[in-house]
Amino acid sequence: MTPSALALGLMVAGYAAGGGLGLAARTGRAARSVTAAGGIAGSLGALALAISVLVTGVPFDLALPGALAAVGGILLRLDALGAFFLAVVALVGLPASLYGWAYTAGHDGRGGLGFLGLMFNLFLLGMSVVPCAGNVFTFVAAWEAMAVTSYFLVMTGADHEDTRRAGLWYIAMTHLGLVMLLPMFFAMAPGPDQTSFADLRAGAAALSAGGRSGVFLLALAAFGSKAGIVPLHVWLPRAHPAAPSHVSALMSGVMIKLGIYGVLRVALDLLGGGPVWWGGLLLALGSLSALLGVLYALMEHDLKRLLAYHSVENVGIIFIGLGAGFTLQSYGLRALATFGFVAALYHTLNHACFKGLLFLGAGNVVHQTHTRNMEELGGLIKRMPQTALLFLVGSAAIAALPPLNGFASEWMVFQALLAGARIPRPEMAVGVPIAVGMLALASGLAAACFVKAFGISFLALPRSEHAARAQEAPWPMRASMWMLAAACVALGLGASVVVPALSQVLRGIDDLGAGLGGVPPPGLLVHGPAGIGQMSPLLIAGALAAALLISVLAVRAVRRGSPRAADTWGCGRIQQTARMEYTASAFAEPLRRVFAALYRPTADITVRLHPESRFVVRSLTYRSEVEPWFEKALYDPILRAARWTSRSVRRLQAGSVHLYLLYVATALIVALLSVWWVK
Amino acid sequence: MIEFVALLVQTSVAVALAPGVVGFIRWLKARLQGRRGAAPWQPYFELRKLFGKEVVVSRTASWIFHAAPFIVFGTSVVVASLVPMAVVTVVADRSGDLFAAVYLLLFGTFFLALAGLDTGSPFGGMGASREMTVVALTEPTVALAIVALALGAGSTNLGDIVIRGVLEPARVPGPSYLLAFAALFIVTLAETGRLPVDNPSTHLELTMIHEAMVLEYSGPYLALVEWGHAVKLLVFFSLLVNLFVPWGIALSLAPLALLGGLVAFVVKLAVLSVAVAVLETRVAKLRLFRVPELLSASFILALLAVMTSFLVR
Repeated sequence: MTPSALALGLMVAGYAAGGGLGLAARTGRAARSVTAAGGIAGSLGALALAISVLVTGVPFDLALPGALAAVGGILLRLDALGAFFLAVVALVGLPASLYGWAYTAGHDGRGGLGFLGLMFNLFLLGMSVVPCAGNVFTFVAAWEAMAVTSYFLVMTGADHEDTRRAGLWYIAMTHLGLVMLLPMFFAMAPGPDQTSFADLRAGAAALSAGGRSGVFLLALAAFGSKAGIVPLHVWLPRAHPAAPSHVSALMSGVMIKLGIYGVLRVALDLLGGGPVWWGGLLLALGSLSALLGVLYALMEHDLKRLLAYHSVENVGIIFIGLGAGFTLQSYGLRALATFGFVAALYHTLNHACFKGLLFLGAGNVVHQTHTRNMEELGGLIKRMPQTALLFLVGSAAIAALPPLNGFASEWMVFQALLAGARIPRPEMAVGVPIAVGMLALASGLAAACFVKAFGISFLALPRSEHAARAQEAPWPMRASMWMLAAACVALGLGASVVVPALSQVLRGIDDLGAGLGGVPPPGLLVHGPAGIGQMSPLLIAGALAAALLISVLAVRAVRRGSPRAADTWGCGRIQQTARMEYTASAFAEPLRRVFAALYRPTADITVRLHPESRFVVRSLTYRSEVEPWFEKALYDPILRAARWTSRSVRRLQAGSVHLYLLYVATALIVALLSVWWVK
Repeated sequence: MIEFVALLVQTSVAVALAPGVVGFIRWLKARLQGRRGAAPWQPYFELRKLFGKEVVVSRTASWIFHAAPFIVFGTSVVVASLVPMAVVTVVADRSGDLFAAVYLLLFGTFFLALAGLDTGSPFGGMGASREMTVVALTEPTVALAIVALALGAGSTNLGDIVIRGVLEPARVPGPSYLLAFAALFIVTLAETGRLPVDNPSTHLELTMIHEAMVLEYSGPYLALVEWGHAVKLLVFFSLLVNLFVPWGIALSLAPLALLGGLVAFVVKLAVLSVAVAVLETRVAKLRLFRVPELLSASFILALLAVMTSFLVR
């Protein structure tokens, strides 16, 4: 038995035992404990397996052809690319399991905890097997297990109308993706029994150019809907916030990344890259997602929905990196293309860490205040100091502030785009600047959005009783956040070591193998492609620390006495209340005006006057909503068509047995005729 | 090692010089408006006065409020060390490029905006909201200006851009440079809170941006915020003068070259300060909701700059 096989055994056994024992456990506390223990053990196994493959560079194979032989059997093949994504799953899976142990304590004594534990562990198992899959059957089975278990996890709060609707959107969109997935795989399969990825690679090479592009488009639709790329993102801001927070962290941090994995596996590994418009399409979709995701996040006052919209933004940034990679590859610039793909992988890893951290932080807030509405929060930094600090680290990372990890990977995406400018083509002269502008606008708006998210939720005076009574979350919830925050800092400071390591992930890709020679060795500096730019987060952090230390010591030396506490200045008012504070809506108001053409806000003002004088106002209500109109414009016709079709089909079901016999006979004749015709 | 010392000296001189630039523009504006005005070194007296006062902090505020002035000052100083002023040093050039400089400045603004929200004062929130709006809308222009410069120089590192400009003087006054300069000039006015985006000399609550955000600060904290802001102004001015008009900057540490670099830097700064002072006496402040139009104009300029640099290559 090799160490890798042991690690795989630990992974499967951990998740399976955690799930099974969780279901079997009698009391709530026992169910929670075994669920968490199983999740942690399984994640450790997955991490060990991923590391062993990444370090040795030897793919791990395991074939169980006997099991379910009719559909191709179970085949596992974990190469470096898969191992990277397996590591991402485990890196967030471990803290999320620990977090869930304390977070679900509120369910003690109520039913459903065992089922929740089973689904949680099976969800983790499904996500871990997806990157290990070596043939179509294993992949699709794991993919479907991941989708179905996460559907049940979303439906944990099914007593809310919104949750049920979110679940419906989710299950519909995810199966729409599955419908695309199967023809995509079978178009590549060279023969009926040849469904391993190696066979598909050979089959894809034999396809015509049009066939390859068809496969690419199907893959983009199938995996893009899972990744939450605009316009297939509609389920994401509905379903992610509805789930329990540790599940939201996994869905936003990890599950959507497997969509990225799918795009890389099919388009880069199996198809081996393609014409330049593939990259251009990815760039366009990525830029659109990055900008629209952050713009809708700005208008959102539900803390978890805000984070979910930011996942759309960050998937957009990852797609921009992928688009740059594919574009450069199509021009034969392999070293530069590798840099683009590494930028995308790096941002994938970083987003998993900071989005996981932020969702867990939002979970602490929800756990204590029982509300996700930012307008009812405030002042939590005094009541939950650690949660506030950790949420701030996540906010700074997602806002791309140096020297944290979000900055390092966004810097690389910028450099990859700049490398695209080396191609002297008119489409590049237009496409590259627009992508750079949209990415920069998205990152500036993300900073504004997280000033809002952190400032309104955690600072100033509490805006409701719930927020005023909040207390620090229990230690497992804080500990799991500490782990992810440490990862954010380490991935940022260690960028110059992480980047060369990540480029090794791509060594299994034949077409890029030659480009790896251009990757600089680990050192103090992060290099842009072919020396177009250098920077060192570590040196920046050092300089910043020195400047801070000197200024603190200098101010200590000159200032007189310690700070005096006083009231906030208020133009002569007597007492400061929370109602005087700026609200989240007010904070976002200038940007709502600037982008009014996109938001098309509706305002509804009702003024009730005093019956005797029209100059005395009794009450005033103001409602304003932002409707994502393009979602409506896009999906309403589809929904209407589906409804119309189902109404029309209903006529077939008249209830008469004779009619049904006629259908059976017709179907039989059509089937026989088509067999004869095919022969 | 000697380079490191040169870098430290350059950064210290820049940090010390920054309030003087602010004072010089104020004095010049006063003269242009027919007032006598305070002497150019007035900001130094103000800083000394503020450092001698006690700190008053709102009861509502948290540690964010205490940390923000140091972060604003610290990030401005670090960015000042990255930007070539009188001499190009390799040490600074390798540790951060233009993107790093821009995002470091965003770091300071991010915390200052949080501090504005921290006291619960509506003015602080108003300033924070407006400042973040303006900063977010300037980001695409800055990024595109960087791209335009990097395409010409083959690098996003500041030193490389400057050296390329010095060694190949024919490249510099090209159309893409001029367009990028115009774009970055508008961004400079917006990011440093000058007219027509924000009025640095007003304290009228409803119109101000930056001043509203720092309204609650006092004593040494206020001094740090103001000083950091002055350093930020100097950083943007240095970017404008050295990236687009790199002539005269010292490429080596020879004493004569250093002296020439310093003189050239001071002269270029003085010219730019006069330009800004004249502009500020000629234009009125824009309404807040007209500012995005100005910024989108700067974005278009930057976009044209990039496309031109594709064409002329």
